[in-house]
Parts: sequence; structure tokens; C-alpha cells
Amino acid sequence: MTTNSKADVIVVGLGWAGSLMAEELTRAGLNVVAIDRGPWIDTSTHTPPAVDPDELRWGIRKELFSPPKDNTLTFRNTLDQTAVPQRDFGIFELGGGVGGAGFHWAGMAWRFNPYDFEIRSKTIERYGIDRAEDGELQLQDWGITYDELEPFYDRWERIAGISGKAGNLNGEKIEGGNVLEGPRSRDYPTPPLKTLRSMEVFNEATERMGYHPFTIPVANISQAYVNPLGVSMGACSYCGFCLGFGCGNFSKSSPQACIFPALMRRSNFRLLTESCVTRVNKAPDGQTVTGVTYVDAHGKEHVQEGDIVCITAFQIDSTRLMLLSGIGQPYDPRDQSGVVGRNFSFQTVSGVDMWIEGEQMNPFIGAGGLGSQIDDFNADNFDHSDLDFLHGAGMLTLARDGMPISKANKLPQGSPRWGSGFKQAYKDHYQTYTTIFNQGSSMPIKHGYLDLDPNYKDKFGQPLLRLTYDYSQSDRNMAKFTMDRSIEIAKEMGAQHITPFNFADKPFTTSIIASDHVIGGTPMGADPRTSVVNPYLQSWDCHNLFICSASVFPMNSGYNPTETVGALAIRTAQAIHQQYIQNPGALVKV
Amino acid sequence: MNRREALKSLSALIATGAVAASARASEMQGYPSNLAVADEFLPRPAMDGGKMHVLTDETALKTVTAVFDRLIPADDLGPSASEAGCIVFLDSQLADRFGQGAQLYREGPKLPGADELTQAPQFIATPRERYETGLKALEAYAQQTDGAAFADLQPDRQDEILQGMEEGSISLADDINTKAFFELMLQNVREGYFSDPIYGGNKDMVGWKLIGFPGARYDYRLYADRVGQKLDLESISLIPLD
Repeated sequence: MTTNSKADVIVVGLGWAGSLMAEELTRAGLNVVAIDRGPWIDTSTHTPPAVDPDELRWGIRKELFSPPKDNTLTFRNTLDQTAVPQRDFGIFELGGGVGGAGFHWAGMAWRFNPYDFEIRSKTIERYGIDRAEDGELQLQDWGITYDELEPFYDRWERIAGISGKAGNLNGEKIEGGNVLEGPRSRDYPTPPLKTLRSMEVFNEATERMGYHPFTIPVANISQAYVNPLGVSMGACSYCGFCLGFGCGNFSKSSPQACIFPALMRRSNFRLLTESCVTRVNKAPDGQTVTGVTYVDAHGKEHVQEGDIVCITAFQIDSTRLMLLSGIGQPYDPRDQSGVVGRNFSFQTVSGVDMWIEGEQMNPFIGAGGLGSQIDDFNADNFDHSDLDFLHGAGMLTLARDGMPISKANKLPQGSPRWGSGFKQAYKDHYQTYTTIFNQGSSMPIKHGYLDLDPNYKDKFGQPLLRLTYDYSQSDRNMAKFTMDRSIEIAKEMGAQHITPFNFADKPFTTSIIASDHVIGGTPMGADPRTSVVNPYLQSWDCHNLFICSASVFPMNSGYNPTETVGALAIRTAQAIHQQYIQNPGALVKV
Repeated sequence: MNRREALKSLSALIATGAVAASARASEMQGYPSNLAVADEFLPRPAMDGGKMHVLTDETALKTVTAVFDRLIPADDLGPSASEAGCIVFLDSQLADRFGQGAQLYREGPKLPGADELTQAPQFIATPRERYETGLKALEAYAQQTDGAAFADLQPDRQDEILQGMEEGSISLADDINTKAFFELMLQNVREGYFSDPIYGGNKDMVGWKLIGFPGARYDYRLYADRVGQKLDLESISLIPLD
């Protein structure tokens, strides 16, 4: 065991959250050390154009991900079952190197809806307490409003160079953008990507139906751009090698493309790679933390001391680290006491696959986040009074990629899966396929939680995390409702073959990848009885410990989580150097 | 040695594990000055040379070749799986990290009911082990039901057995998940037929040409405005042109 020289701030995990916080804090003059379990990976040295366009390596074998061998958990649907490990790749798409999942992500760049942050209050206000407390759901507000987070969404969009068109500028609705979004203080830094064929057909159909289609805001940026940190990005080339891949064009926003060139050159920043933090160390009085213990690539244990610790790991790891460190009371689903592990949520996904005869979609032209969406059935944008569910889904069509191995599964019902019939069907339908994906919200439930598994261990001998979860009835009803809407849209799009899908018509599983957006475990909130961190993401138990990760979301919306993680990271880092440093202690008094 | 051979031999070297992990930095301050492409990120091409590395048993090789060539047969639309190199592909994949199950969490025990809970079967056995036992069991099944090697059966009969495996109406052995073994073979033959030719299959990009996938291209800006039009782009591979 060796002890490193003390840092002002320790950042555990150098993904989007960690690098954004490290950038803010080093710019404010603090000495920051980041510790990441993965190796250094970067654009020109690891995923240049000569390496990147390779579906087998990155899309199928997922070699940029942290493998289940190193990082997995166990899973069960209900309390009376024995959880089993997720052995192969499933819904947990953790990053394998620095940059975390922010290096291989697709790039959909969403703000959450104002309703999300006050879901409990606003649900009660509009529909009454019976809808918010139906016996199964465990709704809670975030302790922060959309308006409070708006400046930090804006800052993140500037750092990442996001391409899109505003639909709501300071309350003024703008056609062509998402008119149902929360008010924005200014437009996106770069314009939207091109409208490709599947989007064109979707836009025309949904407009005829009276909905409000728009181009999804993306981190696959449309033109050359220099961000506020002075880092240059290039224009997306529509190669389609994004989700699961790096980006050789410097056009997919990531810690590598947007932050590292500035951060790594700061003399007050240090990075430890291939070093896995195994616990956060508490001071003897339990009121603060002293630093972290980590294991290096050679299996050697070290201690890194610091005045402040920021857990910025992936959702499951942030939660597990809290449980392994014994900080905060673990959640008990039987009486809903305790907090750590609470409010696991996912995405409740349904939709349709469709084939439009005679179309030439050219699916290989695309970008990871590119597509069109309607928000007419998302959040509380529509009246739920006579519906048997809350919230909804972003309903989108994709112009993401035309990967030939994975698309071989996308054939109309009744098509042969092998033999000459398969070859003919694939030849006939590769160009005609498109989809509507309902990225449904996920409401927290009393029996959806994370704790430590009593049976299975990781390579360090520490218990795996255990997930207990199944979809709520509200979410199941929502998935069915939005699936029915997507069938109507597919018909209007002129599809001859329609195959609806609904992942929530069966029990939840970690093995079937409906989505990779896993949420909760250390929820934020204004009430320490129902949250692990306060609205500044500061631990209620140890005031020099902060958690920034999707683990702090108390629920999941009908959107991808990355931008909200980014905005929260910037807000928390600013609170640390503007408030906490001057006067260390709780930033929120109860 | 031309560029293509040079790339292949370099990557074959990497596949044997010649890269020292200890060479990696663990503490970094400042932006890395080494700008060379990281060796371990270069493709690991198929290890050809006319011999099998994992599929060394003659009967197993014949069986899997027969299976692959029913899953993707030769016809008017193009060559069969084995003609397109899918057996070379499979052998290389089984010799590599995939076959070794290098990414899988393989700690026991596997509890009864685990597959029902996860709804997708998972294995402690490696893909290499699953092929070894699965192909042996498939051959034994053919010998038992038809008194002949699977590879020597009529194509219609081979299809009938494969269909039974796919549907779950045939069980090859008590300790083999037959349906999952069928899915493993179907997934791998498709991978071979549609992955970059650098991995041994998709010879002359026949799989990509079948559907019109332009391959390892990295810039479609010139074509993105030709929405809905037939582009007839020539497919290209990661293998450098001679």
C-alpha cells in the first residue's frame, strides 16, 4: 500500500461528468487528480478513420466497452428470486477507457422536460395525489427546476458544440424546432444535420397527422466549431460509425474531442489510468471523507487523499461505490427506509419496425444521434386525465447507420432467417427498412432498487451490485399506448410491412438491450429521507463528497441522459469552487 | 511484402499477445506526446495460411462447413458461406478473444432458472467449448437418426435438422442448449458473411454487394443530399488496396 500526495479534489471516473468537473475545478485553480479504471484512449491514436469503420470489432464484439468479465451485476425481477449475474453484454454499456461511455455513445443531446424535475408536484397539481401515489410508484422531485438548470444545459451545449434548432427561445415558439421543449436562453451553437430519407418520410407523415416533428439535437456536429475551451471540432461526415465506436473526424462530442485537449495541458491536473477505485474512505467521525483506495493495473493497492471527492463513475458503479464504502443508509424496499440504491429506473421502450417497398433509404448514410422525433406524447405534453399512465415517450425515427451484421435481423415477419430465402429477403429489404423507436420514460417504483449481491463477487473479491426491478404497470400501459401511436404513424408513412415491438410486455431483463440508459441508485433531492445527495449533488452524510452520474436522477424521462449529467456536473463544480471552498460544509441546510 | 501483407503480419503479431501491457502509462500529466496509432487498436486479421487453428478435428470441420453452407448456401445471389471464407473467419474468431470468452463473466455457479430469468441464455462455457461439444453432438445426432455423417446428408434433410434445432423441437443432448447453439452458429455465419474481409469472410465483399452496403467508407457528405436516390457506391474494405 502506498499513499500519493494529497489533492484538492479527487475525481473518480473520467467520463463526461468527471472531465467537465475537472475542467471547471482546475480552471478555478484547484489541484485535481482523476482516477479511471480504463486505459488512455484518444481519437488519432486509437480510433482514426483507418480503424473505426469496423462493425464486427466495435459494434458486435463491443471492444470499446468495459466487458462483463470486469464489470457486471446480478439481476432479478422480484424480492423472492435469487439474482443471477449478467454474464454477456447486456444493457450496461460502460466505457472501457477514459472518456467512459462518452467516448462510444451515439450522440443524442437532450435536455429533460420541465415536468421531469418536478414530476411529483406537477402530477399532484394536475391529476391529484392518487395518480402520484398509486401504491407502486415512488415519485419524487429533483430539488432543482428546469429553469435553474437551464444556464448549465446551455454551457454544456457550447462545450459539446451541439447541432440543433431551438423550438422555444425564451418562451417564443419556433417552427422547425421542438416547440414542446422547455424555454431555452439561446439557440444551439451549430445548425441541425441534414434531413435524410427516413426522416423525410416520418416528418411528412407526422405533420399530416397534426404532430410536431423536428430534427433530434445531436453531438455529431454539422460544421467546424471551436468551443469555449478553445478546442476545435470537425464536421460530421455521416459515416454512421458512432454508437459503440470512436469518431475519427473529431465531430462526435466526447471528453476526448471537447475537453481533454484543454484539461490535459493544465499543470494542476493529473490522471491515473488503469486504476480502479474500490472504496471511498471515511474520516473516523464519519462526517467527511479523506480520499479513496484504488488498485492499479498490477494489482497493487494505493491510497489517494483529497479534500474533496467527486464520484463521477457510471450509474451502477457510483451506486456500488457508495454501498461498498458504507456511506449513507442502504435502501430497504420492504419499508422504503434508507436511501442508497433507491429509485432504479430504465427506459420503457416500444415501437415498430417497418418496411416501405420501393424506398431507397441509403441507411449507411447516417450519424449516431440523427433522426426525427415528435414529443407530442412525451412528458406531460398531452392530457393524461383519462389515461392509465403518467409521462410518455420521445417517438423517433433513426438515420443512424446501415450496419450489415445487425441489420440482418431487420426483416419483415415471415422472412426466412437463413438459406437462399434469407439472402433474397435481405437483398430486397435492406434499403426499405426504417423504424419508430419510442424512448419511453421510466417511473421509479418502491421495489426497484440496487444493493450488494450476497453470492457473486468481482475480480477484486468485492460483492457485485444486485438489481431488483420490473416495469411498473404505469410504464407498461404507456409503452402499449405509444406503440399503438407508432403503428398509426407507420401506416401513414406508407409501410407495407409493420412489426410492432414492446419490451415492456414481458418482464424486464438486463440481457435484452431495449436501451442502455440505466438510472438512479443515489437520487438527488431536497429531502434527506428520500435522497442520497442534495440539489448540489453533495452527500447528505459527508459534506466533502459529491456524486455526479445518472445515478442521481430520481426517475428517467423519455430522453437520453447524457446532457443532463453534463449540466449537473458543471453546476456542481461551480458550486464547489464558488461556494464550498470558501465555507466547507453543507450547501443546503435542512 | 506489400502493404496488405505488412498489415496482416503486424496484426497477427499483435494477436499472439506480443504487446506488453506494462508499457502503458498509468500516471499521466500533460497531453501524451506519442501520436502513433496504438498497436492493440489495429484490426486483428484472420490468421490464414491454409490450416485451421481451432477447428482441427476433421469431422467437426466438415459438420460446421455443411451447417454454414445451408445457413448461407451458394445460389444465383452469390457464393456460399464457406466459399466466402466464413469457416476461416469462424476459426480465427474462435482462436481469438471471442472464442476464449475473454469478455464474459464466468464465475459460477449457474443457477437453475437463470436463463428463464434473463430471458436470453447465458453461458459459463466459452464459444470455443460450445462449438466443440455442439458439433460433436450434432454429428452424433445425425449418426443416430440417419446412420450417416451430418455433412453427407441430403441438403433437405440437413435443413430439416437445422430447423428443428432453431425451433427447439430437436435436442442434441441433455447438457446442450440446442436452440442457443443454432443461434450461435447463425450469428457467426452472418458475421463472417457481412464483416470486413480483413477477418477472413465476406470474400471480395460478396455479402456487402448482395445488399448494397458500401463498407468501410468514412465520408458520405457528397451523397447525403441525394436523398432517396440509388447511389451504386462501390464497397471498400479496411484492407488497403494493392
